[in-house]
Amino acid sequence: MANRRLAPPEKQPDSFAFTKENLDWAKVLIARYPEDRQQSAVIPLLWRAQEQHHGWLPQKAIENVAQMLGMAYIRVLEVATFYTMFLLSPVGKKAHVQVCGTTPCMLRGSDGIIKACKDRIHHDPFHVSVDGNFSWEEVECLGACVNAPMVLIWNDTYEDLTPENFNKVLDGFAEGNPPKPGPQVDRQFSAPVGGATTLKTVKA
Amino acid sequence: MTKIIVDGNEVDVPPEYTLLQACEAAGAEIPRFCFHERLSIAGNCRMCLIEVVGMPKPQASCALAVRELPPNKDGTPKILNTRTPMVKKAREGIMEFLLINHPLDCPICDQGGECDLQDQSMAYGVDATRFAENKRGVEDKYIGALVKTSMNRCIQCTRCVRFATEIAGVPELGAIGRGEDMEITTYLETAMTSELQGNVVDLCPVGALTSKPYAFAARPWELNKTESIDVMDALGSAIRVDSRGREVMRILPRVNEDVNEEWISDKTRHVIDGLRTQRLDQPYIRDNGKLRPASWSEAFAAISAKLKTTSIGRTGAIAGDLASTEEMFALKDLLTRLNIKNLDCRQDGSRLDPAWGRASYIFNPSVAGIEQADALLIIGSNPRKESAVLNARIRKRWRAGKFPVGVIGEKADLTYTHDYLGAGIETLTDVIGGKHAFADILKKAERPMVIVGQGALSRPDGAAIASLAAKAAVELGTIKDGWNGFAVLHSAASRVGGLDIGFVPGQGGLRASEMAVSGALDLVFLLGADEIEMARGTFVVYIGSHGDRSAHRADVILPGAAYTEKSGIYVNTEGRVQMANRAVFPPGEAREDWAILRALSEHLGQKLSYDSLSALRTAMFKAHPHLQHLDEIAAGEPGDVRKLAGLGGAADKGVLRSCVEDFYMTNPIARASAVMAECSALAEGAATMTAAE
Repeated sequence: MANRRLAPPEKQPDSFAFTKENLDWAKVLIARYPEDRQQSAVIPLLWRAQEQHHGWLPQKAIENVAQMLGMAYIRVLEVATFYTMFLLSPVGKKAHVQVCGTTPCMLRGSDGIIKACKDRIHHDPFHVSVDGNFSWEEVECLGACVNAPMVLIWNDTYEDLTPENFNKVLDGFAEGNPPKPGPQVDRQFSAPVGGATTLKTVKA
Repeated sequence: MTKIIVDGNEVDVPPEYTLLQACEAAGAEIPRFCFHERLSIAGNCRMCLIEVVGMPKPQASCALAVRELPPNKDGTPKILNTRTPMVKKAREGIMEFLLINHPLDCPICDQGGECDLQDQSMAYGVDATRFAENKRGVEDKYIGALVKTSMNRCIQCTRCVRFATEIAGVPELGAIGRGEDMEITTYLETAMTSELQGNVVDLCPVGALTSKPYAFAARPWELNKTESIDVMDALGSAIRVDSRGREVMRILPRVNEDVNEEWISDKTRHVIDGLRTQRLDQPYIRDNGKLRPASWSEAFAAISAKLKTTSIGRTGAIAGDLASTEEMFALKDLLTRLNIKNLDCRQDGSRLDPAWGRASYIFNPSVAGIEQADALLIIGSNPRKESAVLNARIRKRWRAGKFPVGVIGEKADLTYTHDYLGAGIETLTDVIGGKHAFADILKKAERPMVIVGQGALSRPDGAAIASLAAKAAVELGTIKDGWNGFAVLHSAASRVGGLDIGFVPGQGGLRASEMAVSGALDLVFLLGADEIEMARGTFVVYIGSHGDRSAHRADVILPGAAYTEKSGIYVNTEGRVQMANRAVFPPGEAREDWAILRALSEHLGQKLSYDSLSALRTAMFKAHPHLQHLDEIAAGEPGDVRKLAGLGGAADKGVLRSCVEDFYMTNPIARASAVMAECSALAEGAATMTAAE
């Protein structure tokens, strides 16, 4: 994990404001906390800001959230730099690929997925591809070890990957037609590949 | 109380004590980095590990309370060990971790010689490293003009972050990142804006935060340490002046629980470069419109010649903000002998009058008493700028909870939430009349306080405002048995002392503001008075240390000593008598001010009867006995406040402004300081930025 800093000024947008829907949602959320404890809403608010702002968190969003919650800017910056799920610099427009590199995935070949990312997107993580559509990073366990290796793109996981079917997943995102989330091989959830192997006689 | 056995000694401690406190009560010394008595407990450095018999692992003693210990089954007291091999091994382990990423900078580090990490590694450090990996590198941060950072050395104790958030009340420092990559910084490396930021340098247990103006200037062991009193504001903070040869190298706080706890403001700490520049080191006389160097006898002769041709009624004297009580007493003595009645120590035009009684012009509840108060009304004052450390005390009380604060005057960020009641006299009258909701809060409070600032009292209608403020204090029930909540916050270190010795116009004499107008006087003595502009045509004799405003205006300059160069008694805003001590000698031909006055008196034919400072003090103590009780407060009579309330008078409308506009530029020494000028420019920049947003 490297030092986490805000993106340089030339990449920062001039302003940030929540959309009407998000603002209404934020008001409801903040009201759930008692007076003087409303700073607790900082993480969901930052997360919603990141979702709204193409998957990354600009400086103005951090300041906006701080003002909404009456917090000092540095307090919100502390939170935003602490949690690696907050991305502080621009990510790919079509997909930001979070590749799990923890032991089970690594044993099942996450190196190949990372290599595919390096070949196809950018040599370094957190860098946007030339066309601006893709970026990638290596993350710790995302909890789908039975279907290792896997990646997380936006809110969905794509599992049982090989470099080949992973490239197909990325093709889908590039065409604006993402594949169905979940296992990318012939199986349902984490059931055996190729269909059931036991209890075949049991009728549903 | 709970019985507990520490290293074999049984002690009885309150159950809310932490183990660290309990161990200290038993006389055991516990090493620590993150723990600090005046800050919240973080418990992250782990250096204070001790052994609790019955618990398998060593415990961080700073973060565990005595009452949280599981009781022994047989009911015997818990046993703590601070010197067992287990404890030593645990602390050595912690120290090894801390030193893994700490650079071997000590020879070039400003903290060297007074570094907690250095000291404690003597006891718990190992002389070799087992760490073969790369060390962590941290970028240095810009956090302002006063604090230099060297972040490789940071051990992330977060004392500075807690200080900025809790004590200073300006949450600007924070820890970004996590784990090994955690870094201390301000938001996007902007400059800190607190007036107390210099204190983070004292708090830093390593050399990560050091003093920028003092960088590479001296080593602690080559400095002479003189305990003294600060004169930058009327609080009279306890300071230690560190000097080398003829130069003051730095100023540090001393602990005085009654006044400044252990904090000092940035002006107190960093004004020292002003002690070196713009100094008057020889007498000057104005010839044909130009000042030329002169000898002492020439200067005295010029004054004496002028005095002979001037009528006594057209002669006067004004004492400045940094004058010690002794020199004001000597000057008053001289003026009395010359039968001069125009004298004043209130160059800002304040109308406070010693004739009203001592309670009418001191901070009656006392600074420590703020912590007993349970409601506060501030009139015409911005304590953050007028006395930053006192403001920290108000904030401390506010943090303890249930402390409503009302402000009448200018809107300002005081670092604590307050009700802004209004700007002027109308609001104050409303509050007194009970028409304002805040009046009920004060009336219901058991120990309410009213703070009146010099900004309100130095207006032309200051006497009426003083009376009105006293009326507020009386009507709102701040004066009770054993509690006098009427608090005058002064801004000048010399003021209460001057009022105590009666350095105010005699019968028919002129006040400072009246002396300054054109045609009022032909000859005036200014004892370090730089905040007042004398009209043209007056012959000005300036006795002072710096070539500031009045020295430019002067016809004769007699070079005096700055506060670090003389021993003198100062009475702080509470009325506490304190003595400042000499750390270095005045430059060149400059002399201590009382000695100048003594020599001058001889030339004027009215020789003062004391030849030494102690003889002068004896005479002063005879006339004003309360001044001999150092570090004590001669309490004022609550009746005086009631009398003042009855004086009445017509007060004008208009905003009750604070008397301090620029915190960093309030006196001649500060105006001579380049560091203060930089701080002032930074503060102004921050102010315009806020206005632009």
